[in-house]
Amino acid sequence: MTTTASQKLTQLRSELRTEEAEIVNDKMIINMGPSHPATHGTVKFLLTLDGETVDDVDITIGYLHRGFEKMAEAGTWQQVLPYTDRLNYVSPLINNVGYVGVVEKLWGVEITPRAKYIRMLISELSRLTDHLTSIAAGALELGGFTPFLYGVEAREALYPLVEELTGARLTTSYTRIGGLAKDIPEGYEAHMEKALQHVEGLVVKVDKLLTKNRIFYDRMMHTGVVTQEDAISTGCTGVMLRCTGVDWDLRKHQPYLAYNELDFDVIVGSRGDNYDRYLCRMEEVGQSIKMIRQIFKQMPGGPINVGDWRVCLPPKDAVYNSIEGMIAHFKLVTEGHQVPPGEAYFAVEGGNGEVGFHIVSQGNGRPYRVKVRPPCFYAMGALKKMIVGHMLADIIPTFDTLNMIGGEVDR
Amino acid sequence: MSQKLIDLVRSAKPKAVVGSLLSAGDATVIVAREQVLELATLLRDDPKFRFDVLIDVTAVDYSEYDPALRHIVTPLDAGNDAPLPRFEVVYHLLSMPHKHRLRVKVLVSEDDFRVPSMTGLWQSANWGEREAWDMFGVKFEGHPDLRRVLTYEEFVGHPLRKDFPQRGYQPLLPMPNLADYTDNETYR
Repeated sequence: MTTTASQKLTQLRSELRTEEAEIVNDKMIINMGPSHPATHGTVKFLLTLDGETVDDVDITIGYLHRGFEKMAEAGTWQQVLPYTDRLNYVSPLINNVGYVGVVEKLWGVEITPRAKYIRMLISELSRLTDHLTSIAAGALELGGFTPFLYGVEAREALYPLVEELTGARLTTSYTRIGGLAKDIPEGYEAHMEKALQHVEGLVVKVDKLLTKNRIFYDRMMHTGVVTQEDAISTGCTGVMLRCTGVDWDLRKHQPYLAYNELDFDVIVGSRGDNYDRYLCRMEEVGQSIKMIRQIFKQMPGGPINVGDWRVCLPPKDAVYNSIEGMIAHFKLVTEGHQVPPGEAYFAVEGGNGEVGFHIVSQGNGRPYRVKVRPPCFYAMGALKKMIVGHMLADIIPTFDTLNMIGGEVDR
Repeated sequence: MSQKLIDLVRSAKPKAVVGSLLSAGDATVIVAREQVLELATLLRDDPKFRFDVLIDVTAVDYSEYDPALRHIVTPLDAGNDAPLPRFEVVYHLLSMPHKHRLRVKVLVSEDDFRVPSMTGLWQSANWGEREAWDMFGVKFEGHPDLRRVLTYEEFVGHPLRKDFPQRGYQPLLPMPNLADYTDNETYR
């Protein structure tokens, strides 16, 4: 019996199908990153894909490793401060506050009430820029260009305030051991109020565009879920932890500076998914704005630096016109702060969670060891569990709401 | 508060604790390496402690530290004259239910540079211990995936050791042969 044309065709088709089937069954290995356009941050995912489902992932970080901790051992205590700007470069002021906080803790320096309030002010200002950037960039990477522009406009309304206060948008280096570089300028409260009102208006616009947006909702809801148990065990802090329903905020539960004098709420989620993290950040923006207004209302007067010249540089008048002032200035600049030998750990609530500093001092004016505990580093350790077994496209919103900052993770 | 915590740890495992310190408000216990895993399990599970978060893992190289000052950061109990080794592995623990923190230090010598891994107790130990391995060369026994994390696989040395130079060059890596990838079944 001769094979007819139609039979041949059927045979060919079935062969083709088995070939196709083989291709489908084959796991595909692809590199996502290190410079992927839809991930803000330099990180490489080596993905094993089963169709569109992520079967396994190996996350590689370290592309931005500058050796912060090694560099910190080379200078004096105050010289470490500019490096801390580059840790979380979206909220550099919080790192400044955290670093001087640990040195003061080891030394037993009690800063003035006004310095405490200004440090809280800059922390909340930085939290605003951090959260706004995270929300805006997250929307952009899901295709929402307009909310991105609104978010960045809001951030740009705040950066001039950072500039007015510190002289720089990013490389702030504003705090000093025992106080601050300078007091807040005249008319700052009015500028701040104007900016905050502008930000509030923009946040409403972002909220209208995103929160009930069908596409955004579908991409965020029930994706990138982290369970409460995992979040605690992997050392997640900040929004990553609170989105699972854990009521933990260092500002509330282990208050530092004068946070116990402020009235604010800790925002918690319930599902631990991307949508909850987005909502938590949106709500925290409102809380931070509320706190900034309170801070201005309650801000005490008085000096910003402690009067002890072994801790803070003497005023310029004393340096130029008195021998004691001159010597104190000279010793502080050349020999560094005489922090006593010992070790200490101090943590502040950063934009992404607990930013901790662990220092060891030898008493010779230089840090012996400085260790940063970056919140994103441990969150990145938790990321694998959040993306394995889910769709490839879910990596983008998950990575966005995790808000990895390369400078902080890689140091 | 913190002194009470130290006393509680001491009474729970008297043999494990070889020294303790309360400085700048931080409670520290120095623990023998052989008992650290047992103590850590207790610290995590005992309702008195409930240390549910391992905040950070790191190490400190004390080779250039003034020996006359070492007792200030690492005070051993009276009567213990054991020489202090070069390295210390440091764990920072946090208890969210009790709102207290504890620093656990383990003394490790250079020629026997290994400690038990905490990955079975806290998942955060996974990346934290990888970093400590990368930066100091501590071998964490029982760690499932002890690879470098901040530097790359071919990096020579452990950069945060005090004898690692501040400036220097790493050996150049050979260019990967593209044919190795294109001919390889896995990568096609």
